Amino acid sequence: MEMDKKLVVSSSPHIRSIDSVQSVMTDVLIALFPVALMAVLLFGYQALLTMAISVATAMLVEALWLKKKDIFSDGSAAVTGLLFAMVLPPAAPWWLVVIGTAMAIIIGKQVFGGIGYNIFNPALVGRAIVAVSWGSHMVGTVWSSPEPFAFGADISAVTTATPLAGEAQAQAVTLAQLFVGNVPGCLGETSAFALLVGAAWLFYKGHIDWRVPVGFIGTVFVLGILLGGGFYENHLLTGLFHVLAGGVMLGALFMATDMVTSPVTSIGKLIFGIGCGLITILIRLWGTMPEGVTFAILMMNALTPIIDNFTVPKQFGGVKKSA
Amino acid sequence: MGSIVFKGGVHPDYRKEITASLAVTKMALPSKVVIPLQQHIGAPCEPLEGIEVGAEVKTGQRIAESSGFVSAPIHASISGKITEIGPYNHPLGRPVKAVTIESDGRDQWVDDLKPAGDPSSLTPQEIRKVVQEAGIVGLGGATFPAHVKLSPPEEKPIDVVIINGAECEPYLTADHRVMLEKPEKIVFGLKMMIKALGAEKGIIGIEDNKADAIQAMEQAVAEEDNITINRLHTKYPQGAEKMLILVTTGRKVPSGGLPMDVGVVNHNVGTAVAICDAIREGKPLIERVVTITGEGINRPANMLIRVGTIVSNVLETCGGLKEETRKLILGGPMMGLAQPDADLPVIKGTSGILALTDDDVYLAESSPCIRCAKCVDACPVQLVPTAIAQAAEHGLFKKAEKLHALDCFECGCCAYVCPAKIPLTQLIRIAKAEIVKAKKK
Repeated sequence: MEMDKKLVVSSSPHIRSIDSVQSVMTDVLIALFPVALMAVLLFGYQALLTMAISVATAMLVEALWLKKKDIFSDGSAAVTGLLFAMVLPPAAPWWLVVIGTAMAIIIGKQVFGGIGYNIFNPALVGRAIVAVSWGSHMVGTVWSSPEPFAFGADISAVTTATPLAGEAQAQAVTLAQLFVGNVPGCLGETSAFALLVGAAWLFYKGHIDWRVPVGFIGTVFVLGILLGGGFYENHLLTGLFHVLAGGVMLGALFMATDMVTSPVTSIGKLIFGIGCGLITILIRLWGTMPEGVTFAILMMNALTPIIDNFTVPKQFGGVKKSA
Repeated sequence: MGSIVFKGGVHPDYRKEITASLAVTKMALPSKVVIPLQQHIGAPCEPLEGIEVGAEVKTGQRIAESSGFVSAPIHASISGKITEIGPYNHPLGRPVKAVTIESDGRDQWVDDLKPAGDPSSLTPQEIRKVVQEAGIVGLGGATFPAHVKLSPPEEKPIDVVIINGAECEPYLTADHRVMLEKPEKIVFGLKMMIKALGAEKGIIGIEDNKADAIQAMEQAVAEEDNITINRLHTKYPQGAEKMLILVTTGRKVPSGGLPMDVGVVNHNVGTAVAICDAIREGKPLIERVVTITGEGINRPANMLIRVGTIVSNVLETCGGLKEETRKLILGGPMMGLAQPDADLPVIKGTSGILALTDDDVYLAESSPCIRCAKCVDACPVQLVPTAIAQAAEHGLFKKAEKLHALDCFECGCCAYVCPAKIPLTQLIRIAKAEIVKAKKK
């Protein structure tokens, strides 16, 4: 037979799902769209500019590093760029965005061997680097107040502290404001509503598991009730305040769920989420910084391999646990 | 009924509609057959005395057997003259000794085929003997000799016989057609198995994407008070032994164990029909129903084909392959074996001949694991495929063993879902082979 020459012989299975790394990354970008949209509605053109600079820088730096012409490629650089923008002050200076994004791609990802091999969430590595290097742009009262629906407004003129800075700042915002996102804070972290809408897409597509966000948010909520001191109306609402304020929602839904840097086992994911929540609360209540999400996730990232090793599931019909 | 769902698994594009409505047709008698002397798991057969080049044989005549218990004799599938005995291509990949018979065109059956007698008076031993002598093996594809499964050791009593009508492999519809067209024979075969094993009841598990088959089988068991039809939520690999036993009985076969460890024996629907034919007519296993399908096939079909028929002859009957065919697979797309050409015989375990085209055949390279854990979620035996594959890639086979690589039954779910297109199943297969090799030393 003539066509026999063209027959491919390979190991089963012979059919594959349509998911690819690129389609997964594209889904993450789609999921971040409501968050990005909300950021622009709240913070105007400067938020858009920050996101554009970081996404462009991330793709460019990765393409240069890998000497690739395909600038979008698997889409992971764009994801890192956009996520990095989400954890910046909305009107961050352009050079800070560029340096931070480049650090995220190079130090956070490529020096470890590129996609799949990095230990720490690249966007958070970028954030940690700029936060400790240019603290005057990242900590304290650098946070612009949102100007809803005023696209052209210069939001960098008036800055303040986030609701996490102290009890006075916390009392100044309502839970409804925190849910919608009409509070000072990082570009993508303020609107729990937008984050939930976006994350729903990732759940629907099966790209994230409930265990990380539920473990994370649940732990913050419970510890917020138990240890928060009830300064926000009562103990229960104080727990809710800790969930909605700052970066917990963004961290739990989009950062801690980063596939590469979180565990693959089901129990591991739960442990990872709980660990993130625990460290976040410890830093918030007893650390020197008002917010602890970034370092909580980075620390748990470091523990990911060991968590995976100790949580190998019992195989079907297996009797004893071993790893 | 059917309320239990197994963990993991995938929902591939089933594409069963290509052949599901096509009734089984008898393929015209081939002019030649090549009958491999190993078509089962276990000891290979050797030609009987007088089976040599030039000898005349009749349809149904036993031509080879083995002295081993875990083996199944082999019968001539057409009448004619033996023209060659020697190695020939085999679906498993390496040539196997085979007997080539040129047809005399008359399909003359051996004279001594006779029914086993009144079914109700047959003893378990007699049933086992009939099944053994008919050369019946598991027709689902595993080809384990059927009489061995009907002869469990005394300390492992069997109370349930499960008939596998799940047919969870995409594309394949042979079992579906058999259930529609021969429900009564399946039930008879099952009753004989229940009797041979001294079991209490029978369960026929069928996925709910075959509603008409469920209906046909329910009618066929209406009078039987110890046989039930179990409607299963469609999910691959439901037809895998351990999954099917779990969803139909709630029992979990222990790791490294066998179905008989939980009092169960299971057989494919085709095997049940073969057992029925052997008992009622004395007919040995010389033909089977095969689904010929896929986008590369011009005229897809479900056909009753004589064992030993060359695949290229089958394809000619189906109008040949389309130009864009890129893969020829014996079996289904999840667990079947890709072949370099069509010059090899249909054997007892051949459930499908599948031709995939460019659109379906994935040729791009894999990229690094992004640890998405989709393989972990898909694994029906709860392994961490990516970790085992990684260990295998680095030659860390001891580690792979600790990660329970040997529990993998190669269903392919992990590689199917992998977005990085890593050949996980293949890597785990390598690990398994190395682990077994190290154990033998």
